[in-house]
Amino acid sequence: MRHTFAVHVEDTPGVLNRVASLFRRRAFNIESLTVGHTETAGVSRMTIVADTDDHGALRLEANLYKLVNVLRVDDITVRPSVQRDLAMIKVAATPETRTHVMQLVDVFRARVIDVAPDSVIIEATGPEDKIDGLVEVLRQYGVIEMVRTGCVAMARGPKIGGLGDGVERGTQVADDAPADDSNVSYSV
Amino acid sequence: MKRTGAQILWEALIREGVSTVFGYPGGAILPAYDAMLEFPIQHVLVRHEQGATHMADGYARAGGGVGVAVATSGPGATNMVTGIATAMLDSSPMVCITGQVGGKLIGSDAFQETDITGVTLPITKHNYLVSRPQDVARTVKEAFYVAKSGRPGPVLLDITKDAQQSSCEVEWDDSEVTLPGYRPDLRATQEVYQRAIDMINEAKRPIIFAGHGIMLSGAMDVVRAIAERANIPVAMTLLGIGGFPARHPLNLGMMGMHGEAWVNSAIQEADLLLAFGMRFDDRVTGNLATYAQNAKKIHIDIDPAEFNKNVKVDVPLTGDLRTVLEEILPHVAEGDRSSWRAAIEEMKGDCAVRDIQNLPDSGHLYAAHVINDLWRVTDGDAIVVTDVGQHQMWEAQYYHHDHPRSLITSGGLGTMGFALPAAIGAKFACPDKEVWAVVGDGGFQMTQAELATIAQEQIKVNVAIINNGYLGMVRQWQEFFYDRRYAATPLLNPDFVKLAEAYGLSGMAVTKRAGVVPGVEAAREHAGAVILEFKVEQEDSVFPMVPAGAALDKMIRRPNPIVETAAD
Ligand SMILES: Cc1cc2nc3c(=O)[nH]c(=O)nc-3n(C[C@H](O)[C@H](O)[C@H](O)COP(=O)(O)OP(=O)(O)OC[C@H]3O[C@@H](n4cnc5c(N)ncnc54)[C@H](O)[C@@H]3O)c2cc1C
Ligand SMILES: Cc1ncc(C[n+]2csc(CCOP(=O)(O)OP(=O)(O)O)c2C)c(N)n1
Ligand SMILES: [Mg+2]
Repeated sequence: MRHTFAVHVEDTPGVLNRVASLFRRRAFNIESLTVGHTETAGVSRMTIVADTDDHGALRLEANLYKLVNVLRVDDITVRPSVQRDLAMIKVAATPETRTHVMQLVDVFRARVIDVAPDSVIIEATGPEDKIDGLVEVLRQYGVIEMVRTGCVAMARGPKIGGLGDGVERGTQVADDAPADDSNVSYSV
Repeated sequence: MKRTGAQILWEALIREGVSTVFGYPGGAILPAYDAMLEFPIQHVLVRHEQGATHMADGYARAGGGVGVAVATSGPGATNMVTGIATAMLDSSPMVCITGQVGGKLIGSDAFQETDITGVTLPITKHNYLVSRPQDVARTVKEAFYVAKSGRPGPVLLDITKDAQQSSCEVEWDDSEVTLPGYRPDLRATQEVYQRAIDMINEAKRPIIFAGHGIMLSGAMDVVRAIAERANIPVAMTLLGIGGFPARHPLNLGMMGMHGEAWVNSAIQEADLLLAFGMRFDDRVTGNLATYAQNAKKIHIDIDPAEFNKNVKVDVPLTGDLRTVLEEILPHVAEGDRSSWRAAIEEMKGDCAVRDIQNLPDSGHLYAAHVINDLWRVTDGDAIVVTDVGQHQMWEAQYYHHDHPRSLITSGGLGTMGFALPAAIGAKFACPDKEVWAVVGDGGFQMTQAELATIAQEQIKVNVAIINNGYLGMVRQWQEFFYDRRYAATPLLNPDFVKLAEAYGLSGMAVTKRAGVVPGVEAAREHAGAVILEFKVEQEDSVFPMVPAGAALDKMIRRPNPIVETAAD
């Protein structure tokens, strides 16, 4: 099963390496990893998608917390959340096929962001399966190049809590409900 | 006043209470060595940087503080890798300081440049690359805090040469370290406590598992109080030995692969396991599918990542063991549990008859005899540091440790070559204690160069070499599981007595059982270090043994006694 983690980390040199190394060392497979700045200076946020069962996800969370630079880990698989992937797809487009390609772009609510004599670049955002679908229908025209950011994700509704205040975290047993951390303060 | 990074380093170390460091100089760490002369630091010059790390580790395990090892960049730093990994797997607090090439040269494949923070990333609790003198003081402080708090472990500080050489103003900050993402002080909720207490009070056949965490949290007294009040028998992991007095009537002995038969049988019968600061290593559990099926499990550990890692637990309790147990103790009901204890007594069956200690002297010298006599002569009061192999298991079985931190051994990594340097470190931490290294003929030769360190520092560490002419533990596996095909396990050894003498130390060889006690006594009385070589039975094996993958109580037992005669 796929688990999506939102991981807040200190923005220090080598932190990406530490996180990636942990997945390798503990034999977890990363499907995608994105990283960028957050609303707080000095704090970066990673979205990591890993293929593991619930037990593995809890172990991953507990192990991520052992990294000194990791501030907060949320397995947002278990929460209502929105997930987006961004893709740029360069597709062959001759004067004959261009209109067809454009129509597909419309159907998928994507955009054409560059036009060259024999090709176009399409920008698409959405859940991963939507982009997979777009790519699938574009294949017949010839996908020349593609780049995707990988998944970024955010839980819906109010912001999920902040740093723990010493209360147990990363300690749930696999069949327990996710911890309620509404009583912790956000201090990063 | 302006200070160089090198000066700041030593002053920061002294502020952390450091008085002794183990190290080996070289180009990239030279500025630090030069500055060291201005500070009240005892530097122990080792013969190999691996030795420095094991010494720092032994120093920490014996004394309860943080051990410090120092090395240069490149080969000096990579020589530390084995010692760092050893400390990591056994949660030993250690700070390693390495020199690094100048900041401008990093990444250029400069002379003796190794990316040691990259290399040690998976085997340190945390590590730092320091490239400015103004970062030295704060980083040292953080390194010590991380190394010793929470679940302890090794921290490496890689300091560039220019950070050591250049100067800055220092302001010493005595405030607590704040690391926003680092929370060593996690604690469980009240509700979890109550579940644990109810389970303890209801259990009919409970066993306490005494782990290394007892030593690390200083929980000896409270563990004993709980065991005595509720009459719960105590089994120990290898690293838990000493956490509960060996001669206490509730002490069962060691569990696991080479644990005593009745301990493992009792675990399989138990209805509650109380895991106190231990991590259910595979040497402890045997086959997980058949492990302690009748027992509920309460697991108390400071590191939540240990819960449900190997064994599914019913109640995980996060926190420092002593703190948690002190909260539980007042709620533990007095209990008798005499029928459970009698049942375990029953499980001992013919174990005593099979025990080599109870066989008449056949004229042969067995390692078990050596260890047991060493225990009797030293009255169990020595710090014993073992290497890895058969002799290590015999030590665990036949030296009865009543005191915490009195058995020092590499459990998780099983690092041969650990004993001699770790014993040196232990002696520096506890100069008034009697220290023995118990080491195999194989492992001794991995770090024997540290005999020179003993000689140069003029310290009294006695060394018992258990010479069986084999890489004995591997030979045993070949005997049991590979049809006695002894591939690469027989050893041609040097004359260990002469070797000792070459280092200016005393050496003695013992070949008969009758020679053990006089040999140990002579070594104790001698002013300097003594290397005692015991020429023991060559093809002796460690029993009981749970073969890999077998259920815990399906042990290969000690053979039934064949009463030997001197002619055998
Ligand atoms: C040849 C060989 C044979 C072996 N055979 C056996 C055997 O038969 N039986 C056996 O038991 N072992 C055996 N071992 C050792 C085994 O590999 C493990 O090293 C050992 O079982 C680990 O013991 P532990 O879990 O108590 O200690 P550790 O591995 O050090 O684990 C300590 C645990 O305590 C926790 N902790 C730390 N500080 C605190 C604190 N303040 N509060 C609460 N918790 C804390 C840690 O998070 C960790 O989970 C053998 C090793 C070798 C090399
Ligand atoms: C550095 C290292 N290399 C290899 C091993 C594998 N190993 C485990 S025990 C052992 C034999 C140890 O022989 P010796 O030191 O003579 O002790 P004995 O078992 O004979 O008491 C070996 C080779 C190890 N644990 N450590
Ligand atoms: Mg040997």
